[in-house]
Order: sequence, then C-alpha cells, then structure tokens
Amino acid sequence: MRFARNSKILSVAAIAAFTLSACGGGSDEAATGENTDAVIVVDGSEPQNPLIPTSTNEVGGGAILDLVFAGLVSYDAEGAPQNEMAESIETEDAQNYTITLKEGKTFTNGDPVTASSFVDAWNYGAAAKNAQLSSYFFESIAGYDEAAAEGSTVETMSGLTVVDDRTFTVALSQPESDWPLRLGYSAFYPLPEGALADPATFGENPVGNGPYKFAAEGAWQHNQQIELVPNDEYEGPQEAQNAGVTFKIYQNDTTAYQDLISDNLDVLKTIPTSDIKNFKNDLGDRWIESPYAGNQTIAIPYYLENWDGEAGKLRRQALSMAINREEITDVIFNKGRTPAKEFTAPVLDGFSEDLPGSENLEYNPEQAKELWAEAEALEPYDTAEPLTIAYNADKGDHKTWVEAVVNNIKNNLGIEVSGKPYATFKEVRTEATEQTLTGALRSGWQADYPSLANFLGPIYTTGAGSNDAVYENPEFDAKVSEGLAAESVEAGNETMNEAQEMLLEDLPALPLWYQVAQGGWSTDVENVDFGWNGVPLYYAITGK
Amino acid sequence: MPELETDNPSAVRMKTSAYPIEHFVADLEETPVRATDSAVSDAAPRSLWGEAWRNLRKQPLFLISAFLILLVIFVALFPGLFTNEPPNENCLLENSDGGPAPGHPLGFTQQGCDILSRVVYGTQSSLTVGLFATLGVVVIGGLIGALAGFFGGWVDAILARIGDIFFALPLILGAIVVVQLPAFQQNRNVWTLVLILVAFGWPQLARITRAAVIEVRNADFVTAARSLGISPLAALVRHVIPNALAPVIVIATISLGTFIVAESTLSFLGIGLPPDVMSWGNDIFSAKSSLRSNPSAIFWPGLALSITVLSFIMLGDALRDALDPKARKR
Amino acid sequence: MAWYIFRRFLQLIPVFLGATLLVYFLVFSLPGDATAAICGERGCTPGVVAGLREQYNLDEPFWIQYLLYLKGLLTFDLGTNFSGRPIAVIIAEVFPTTAKLALMALAFEAVFGIAFGLIAGMRKGKLFDSSVLVLSLIVIAVPIFVLGFLMQFLIGVKLGWTDPTVSGDPTFTELLLPAVVLGLVSFAYVLRLTRTSIIENISADYVRTATAKGLSRKRVVVVHVLRNSMIPVVTFLGADLGALMGGAIVTEGIFNVNGVGLTLYRAVLNGDGPMVVSIVTFLILIFCLANLLVDLLYAWLDPRIRYA
Repeated sequence: MRFARNSKILSVAAIAAFTLSACGGGSDEAATGENTDAVIVVDGSEPQNPLIPTSTNEVGGGAILDLVFAGLVSYDAEGAPQNEMAESIETEDAQNYTITLKEGKTFTNGDPVTASSFVDAWNYGAAAKNAQLSSYFFESIAGYDEAAAEGSTVETMSGLTVVDDRTFTVALSQPESDWPLRLGYSAFYPLPEGALADPATFGENPVGNGPYKFAAEGAWQHNQQIELVPNDEYEGPQEAQNAGVTFKIYQNDTTAYQDLISDNLDVLKTIPTSDIKNFKNDLGDRWIESPYAGNQTIAIPYYLENWDGEAGKLRRQALSMAINREEITDVIFNKGRTPAKEFTAPVLDGFSEDLPGSENLEYNPEQAKELWAEAEALEPYDTAEPLTIAYNADKGDHKTWVEAVVNNIKNNLGIEVSGKPYATFKEVRTEATEQTLTGALRSGWQADYPSLANFLGPIYTTGAGSNDAVYENPEFDAKVSEGLAAESVEAGNETMNEAQEMLLEDLPALPLWYQVAQGGWSTDVENVDFGWNGVPLYYAITGK
Repeated sequence: MPELETDNPSAVRMKTSAYPIEHFVADLEETPVRATDSAVSDAAPRSLWGEAWRNLRKQPLFLISAFLILLVIFVALFPGLFTNEPPNENCLLENSDGGPAPGHPLGFTQQGCDILSRVVYGTQSSLTVGLFATLGVVVIGGLIGALAGFFGGWVDAILARIGDIFFALPLILGAIVVVQLPAFQQNRNVWTLVLILVAFGWPQLARITRAAVIEVRNADFVTAARSLGISPLAALVRHVIPNALAPVIVIATISLGTFIVAESTLSFLGIGLPPDVMSWGNDIFSAKSSLRSNPSAIFWPGLALSITVLSFIMLGDALRDALDPKARKR
Repeated sequence: MAWYIFRRFLQLIPVFLGATLLVYFLVFSLPGDATAAICGERGCTPGVVAGLREQYNLDEPFWIQYLLYLKGLLTFDLGTNFSGRPIAVIIAEVFPTTAKLALMALAFEAVFGIAFGLIAGMRKGKLFDSSVLVLSLIVIAVPIFVLGFLMQFLIGVKLGWTDPTVSGDPTFTELLLPAVVLGLVSFAYVLRLTRTSIIENISADYVRTATAKGLSRKRVVVVHVLRNSMIPVVTFLGADLGALMGGAIVTEGIFNVNGVGLTLYRAVLNGDGPMVVSIVTFLILIFCLANLLVDLLYAWLDPRIRYA
C-alpha cells in the first residue's frame, strides 16, 4: 500500500489484491494489525532555521527535533515527564539540582552523550553572541543574565558545572520547583561534540540521540520533505513502532487534507477550518479530537484609554460576558474547541474549572449590558476609538472566529467593533512590542512544557516578554513568584490558581477557548494518538 | 475594383471553395440606389464617435448591457430599495449556513448574515473597485502605451522600460507597502485598493495598447492622413487610437471582473478591504471556508459578479462593433 | 535588427537597476521589524534581537544594504536568506519547477485560447460563441482559490485521475492540472482577444483580396486572418509569462508546488530583502527577454512594422 504515493495504478492493484486476500480469509498483516514495517507519511512545515535545538522556536522544526533528539526527560501522552537521558534529577531546595545521566547512551555518530553534551549546548544557547532564538529558556539558570545581556561576550553560565562525564549540577538564580518539568523542551537537548563548530552545516544534517535519525545526508529536501528512519541504538520510552516517518511539507492545511482523503498522506495533525464540517464524514472512524495544552485569547492593552481603570475593568467584563463561547465553538469549530473557564488549559496538572471569578467567562448578555452601562456612568466610552481586534492573515485562519466574536459583541452591546487584519505576523508583533496597537489583539498560548506557570509567568507578569496587554499587578507578580518557589509543583499550582483569580477579575485578556487537536489518518495506518501538546505521537503509529 | 465587373458573386465562390463565403459585394437590395443618390454631398461629415453612437443606439446587445449596467449602478446607489435587512447587522450564529427562510430568500452565510442583504450592499464597493481601477488603468496604461507605440524610438524605450520595472514588481509587496503608507494606514478603503490595482495593473494595458498602436500606425489611412499634413498628435488621436481600441476594450472589460475578484484575493492576504466593508470579494473569500457545506454563500455574490462582468463585456463588444465600420452589422 | 537587439540588451541595465532599487526600497519600508518574523510568537530577548540585526545588516541604512547586495551580486554571491540558506541554492531549487509549470500554462492558454477564440470569432453570435462567453465568465468571476480547489477536489480526490498535490520534482502529467488552473484566467483573456481580432480582420480588404484571388478559405483564415490577428495576443502572452512565473502564489499553494511564487510570497512576508530582490531580478530578466521576443515577432507578423 505504500506505493500509493508513487503510482495510482499500483495502488488500485494493491487494493484489488488486498480485497481478494481478505475474501480468502488469509490476510497476514491485516489480521494482526501491528505492521511495524510501514513508513509513515505525515504533514509538516518547513523548519525556519537550521535544526539546532536552541535556534528552533516553531512547530515545523520542533517536530523534527523531538524525534531526532532526546533530552534529559521527555513527556508522555499526558504530559508527565519520563526519564530519557537522565538517570536522576535531584534537588533539596528547588534551586540546586544534580543531574546524573544514564550509562552508555550515544549519538548516532557513535559519540557518547556526556554531561558536557548538555552543558555546552545550553551555554551556547544562552550566550547573546550566538543569537539563539530560544535563549530565554535558560533564564532561570544562575549566570544567564551576564551571558544573555545585549552585546555580552560571556560564553558560559556560572550556574552550570560539569562534575564528571555523567554528572553535572545546575544552580538556579532563585528556587523554582517546576524547573525539571521544562527539561523535555527542545531547547534543553544535548549536542554532540563538534556540532557547534559549524552550526549551519550541522543543522542541515543534525546528529542526535533520539528515537529517529536522518535517513541519509540530505534527507531534508527543503520545502518538500524530511525523511527520518528509526535509530536502532535508541532505547527508551519512545521506541519507533514503524520503519520511518517522512514529513511531507505543506504550504497549507487545505491542500494536505485533500492528500489525506485520497490516501496520499497518512497523518494530518490539523483539520483545516474549511473542512471542519466534513471531516468526520469523509474519514469515517479515522479521526481524533484530543484536547491539548493551548488556548485562544483576546488581549486588550491597558494603554488604550477606554480599557484602563475601573471603567475599563467593567468594560472588559462586559465584553467577556457578551461573547457566547459555547455557540462559537459549536458552530464555527463544530465543537472542535472547548469554552475557556480560566487562563491555562485543562490537560495540565492543577487545572480547575470553577475558580472564583470564572463566571466572568460565562455568556450573560443582560449582565454584560448592565456592566457596560455602569462603566458608562463612571466614564463615557470614547467612540472616536472604536474597538478593533487585530489578527494576522498570513498564518492560521483567524478571520472566521474573529468575525463571529465581533458579531457577538455588536449584537449584545450595540457598540462599534470590527476585525483588523494585518498582512504579516511581524507587523502585529512589532506593534505589540512597541505598544502602539490601536485595539485588542488575538492572542493565544501553546505550552512549551506542561505547567500552569508557563501560561501565566511569560504572559501576565510585569514586563514579561509576551505581556501584550501590558498588565501590571504587583500582587499578581508576587503570587506567581511564590507559586514558582513552592516546595512542590502541586503546592505551587494552588498558589498559581490564586493568582489566576486576580486575572479573572481584571481580565487583561479575554480567554475564549481551549485548543483541541483535530487530526485524521489514512486507511493505511493505525494507532494514531496525540500528545499533551497537540502533536501526534509519531513513534507509536503503525501500518495496517 | 475588379469584383464589380462580376455581376454574379456566387460564380467566384463556386470556383474557389466549397465553403459559403460572405458577400464581398453588397446585394443590390441592400444598397438602395435612391438612398445613395439622395446623399447630401455638402453635409458636414459625421465624426467617428458620432457615427459610432448612432450605430450603438440601435444595437440590442448595447441596449441589454446598458440596462444591466444601469441596474447594477442603481443597486449600488440605493441598496436600501432592494432588501429590508439592514447592512452588516443581525448576523446570528443560530442561522449559520441556513437555507432560504421567510424574509431571507437567499439563505444565510456561515456567520448567519442574510446573503441577499450582503450581496446588495456589497455592490457599491465592488463596482467602485472594478470600475475605477479599470478606468485608471485604461487612462494611464492607454496613454503611456499609445505614446510609446506611436512615437517609438527613445520615447518607447523609456516608457516601455518603466512599464517593465513596474510589471516585474510583485503585487503583494507593493500592496503591503502602499496599505501601510501613513495616508492609508488608518482609513483603508476602496480607493486604497483602486490605487494599488492601478499602480500595478497599468503596464499590462500599456503593452497591449502599444502593440495595437504599432500595428495601426503603419496602416495606409494613417500614412494618408499624415501626408495630408495633419500633426502627429492629431493623427494619433483622430486616426490611430480609435482604430487600436479593440484589444484595449477586451482587456479592460475582462480586467473589470478580475479587479473585483482581485479584491477578494487581497482580502485573503489581509491587505484588501477591511472586514466590516461589505463587498462581493469579501463575501466570496469568507464563503471559501464553508465551500463544501454551504455553496450558496459563494454562488450569489459570484452570480452578481458574473452578471456585472457580462454586461460590461457585452458593452465592450457593442462599442467595438460600433467603432469598426467594416464589421458593423447591418 | 542586430543593432536593435543590442540596444534592447543595453536597456536591461537601467531596468535592472531601477527595479532592484525600487524593490529593495519597498522591502526596506515594509512595516514591522524583520526580527519579529524570525522570533515568532514568543519573541526574543533584546540580546538575541541585537545579534540578529547585526547578522543580517538590518541596522544599516537602506542604500548601504542595497549596495552590499549589489556588491554580492557582482561577485556572484547572492548571500543567504533569513533561514541561513544560500539564496542561489534556493533559486536553483524553485525556478526549474516554476518554469515548467509556467510554460505549460502558457501553452495551454495559447493553444486553447487561440483555437476557441478563432472559432468563436468566425461564428460570431452563434451557439459556440455564446458558450465560450459563459465559460470565460465563470473563469473570470470565480476566484482561482475557489476554482483551483474545486478542480483539485473533483479531479484529484473524487475521480482520482491524478494525485491532488505534486511531488518535489514534478513530472509532466502531475503538472497538467495545476497548469490548467494557473492558465485559466489568462485563457479567458487570450480567447476574447483572439475573437475580437479575428472579427476585426475577417472583414478587412486583404481578406477580400485573398478570397478573390481564389485562395481556399482555410488558407485565408490561417495564413492571413490569424497571422494578422496575432499581435495583441502575442503581446499579452509575452507579458503573461512573467506574471505566471512570479504570481502563481495561489495555484502553487493549492497544489503544494515548491515554486517561485510561494518562495517570493514568504520572503515578502518575512521582509527578507536579499531573497525578494534576487527572485525579482530573475523575473525581470525573463520578463524582459520575453518582451523583446514579442517585439521582434511583431515584424514577422506584420511586415509593415520595422525596427530601426
């Protein structure tokens, strides 16, 4: 059946043969259903940069790295960390960690995986002179500030110390109990010796230690496909159940979907919006809806006059109650999203759907009108600056849902509001960074690592990198720090949820819904499942 | 002329080919001798355009297309007369992708808006974009192309090369930049779009005009006019341009349609009309996401667009016929 | 003639300089910070941003960036794009596929457009004429992203005659459907242009003369009418080649063709100056050569036209 990709005629012949043998009742592989000899073709997007773990900050490259490399830990389907290279990660004060590596692990070029493989890669990633995009992931490590400062020539972080080949220690600049949770993220992957001498060349044909490896030199055919084959040396929780994974690079999901329903593609991880009403019909039982750690929000900057102060807070609440999340997720996404109850995501440990203040996210047009009127009494709404919701048109399909939200607000509050498309993502980002937005901004977060803190710290603390609403609340900041420093992740989560209550009251952003991965697969494969981050568990997919 | 010596044209026909051939000598009954005889020899000569207008008025093709165009313009000016639904309001998701209902004869879009209302209210911006972009392209492209083709030499070299530079520019690049000019950034509207389409559309029309003018400028009647002493410019305006119009009309009428559609593609790229401006292009683009589940959302704006384009193509055909005495229907 | 061609080649130089300068200027004035595109949703630390700006000369004023680019060009070094890949390699990857696709689309619109236009013009007002009018209306009124999607869905998915998308190094048959989709709108132009020209010429004096001379109708139509009707059509086709190569964004997206249009589009979105200018440079060359060829064809099609 794998021939289908190359020739239609062969595939028809294969189907015929298949049917015949099924009639005879003697089908060998079909009966067992566990064909591990199949090469799985999945959809991917072109990695934006050479495949260096610390310079990859987008999903296209991330998916490849996650298969080619293995970090200290990886995440299982539920997002729980499991040891990969690490034998143990120990701490007594949540600030000083001792990491011991398993014995005998190697890269596919035969080099051993040592403490230096990690420490050197991390130092390289953090140092400003290397301009690595994921540099901020190392911010908790002591000495990061010196290495990452603008124009710095410092090449190492003082917090990292190699003890011996299999042991190194990490000192953080402050206690953070959820720090080990982050270690499965791609920025923390090790690199073989010599990789960093010529990163651009290495990134074309990366040598890793993960469950897969490049099929050959030049397996990355740019903008076409990337061929991976199992790494036989790999032993661990993600062992390959197939004979390889080929990422076919698509420019858009609609096109990939056409390939999926004609069996030219085995797994599609995102059903396009245009087929959200058809895919269950088209695919029979070959689809999955799997919630993952991501959400969609609308951030409203505080530097907009209408949305600041006490009246601003009331207006934010009114706006939030005027949006019928239930109906939009039902109609526009065909139930492919879940209405938001708070600011993180349900798949995470510590999630709670009935935090005090979550009623602000319930649809309630009457109260919305009352709150709006209340705000009007405090301070009249400046109609010269009507509300807009900015979104970018170049990636993702945001227009449809933004329009639905706009209609909701218009119908329920009777104010002037419209969507504001930007041609490019970078325009929106630039305006958000420079704080020159003239309206609200579609926003959202996909977890880098499975932790509540990841949804709060980087977005809502004062001065944080993605704080587009420019929310400044010292009490909130203190709560988040307290949560991070808690002695255990569980204890920290409770504090995090207390911090969330402030967000639910203030609404720097309006949480809309939680992401659900909607994916499908062809008639040639089975055992398709999605992980906690919405990415298929590629290693587990088998042929039919 | 030798043909006149044969009183039976069909005799010639028999000799040459089995195909029926058009008459190249008018039948006697078609040219009443008395009418010719009664011609007033000292009457003022009718201008080419006057002649064309006289002809145009009698053509059914022209009458139909003119009626349709007036109708579309009327809808654009007074949309309220054609639908009771207020524009851009009452879009309820509970009506999403709904079929025809009382008061909503064409059904609903994915956002639950009344399709009829959107098509009617979208006429204005779509027609403005199509009409004025075409006009701009014809004026600028036509002028530059005509000058380049007629004068040749260094005039041609300079004008045609400027055209090349503009033609080679990616439309999106230009559009993204123009949209962000301070003058347009805050109030992006149909005129921004017209400007973009004209700025990047004129070289094509210039090349076509240039070719047509090059072809005509060597014709005998131009040489004759020139040898009678009229100035080059007068020859260009009075003799060359009217005879070079046919391909220009074709390109212009089709472009009218493609400009309206281009608005949709530009919206797709986030540089078209703002989403709260209703237009056929915006509707067609929005309907794309429900193409398989609700084809009527794309059918109706598409139909409105087709009718508009059709009427302009017919008008162009009629105008061309009227300007060309040889092909004129009797 | 030789002198004329030589002069036209000389004129390429100012066109090239003008166009690259203009393009570079436009890319430079694109809104948004180019590093914002590189850094993505999460943003980068100030240290990283500074490093990136230095790496891609983003802090230099516009004309220095342009001169740096020209200097690279003269030493046959197109530089690298924002992903760190050599631009020359990318161009070598995408141009062959796009050239194939564009030439096929051009052939499609030329052959079918002229043939249909010829018949429609000969039978003006008859059923065939009206049918092709409706056909061209559909092609004009339905955007290519809808038409292309529908054709892909029907032919590629429902009927299964071809694969819905093309492979990395596409064959002739794989490109048939994309080429037809790409050529559709221009097909309508060619058709209407041919039709009108035929109608103009069929009643011309020389046709009467030729018929009177006793030439067969077929010969009159093909040798005289068609040849004399070709000038606007050839002009259109020549100018269209450039548009087909650089502007096939939507078609390439639908059929997943790794081509010039999409590469250019992505580069524009990312504000990747050197990449945009390099591609546009190649497009200008192709475009100018096609136009030169067309201008030379005029003299062949109509001997009255001469070049000095």
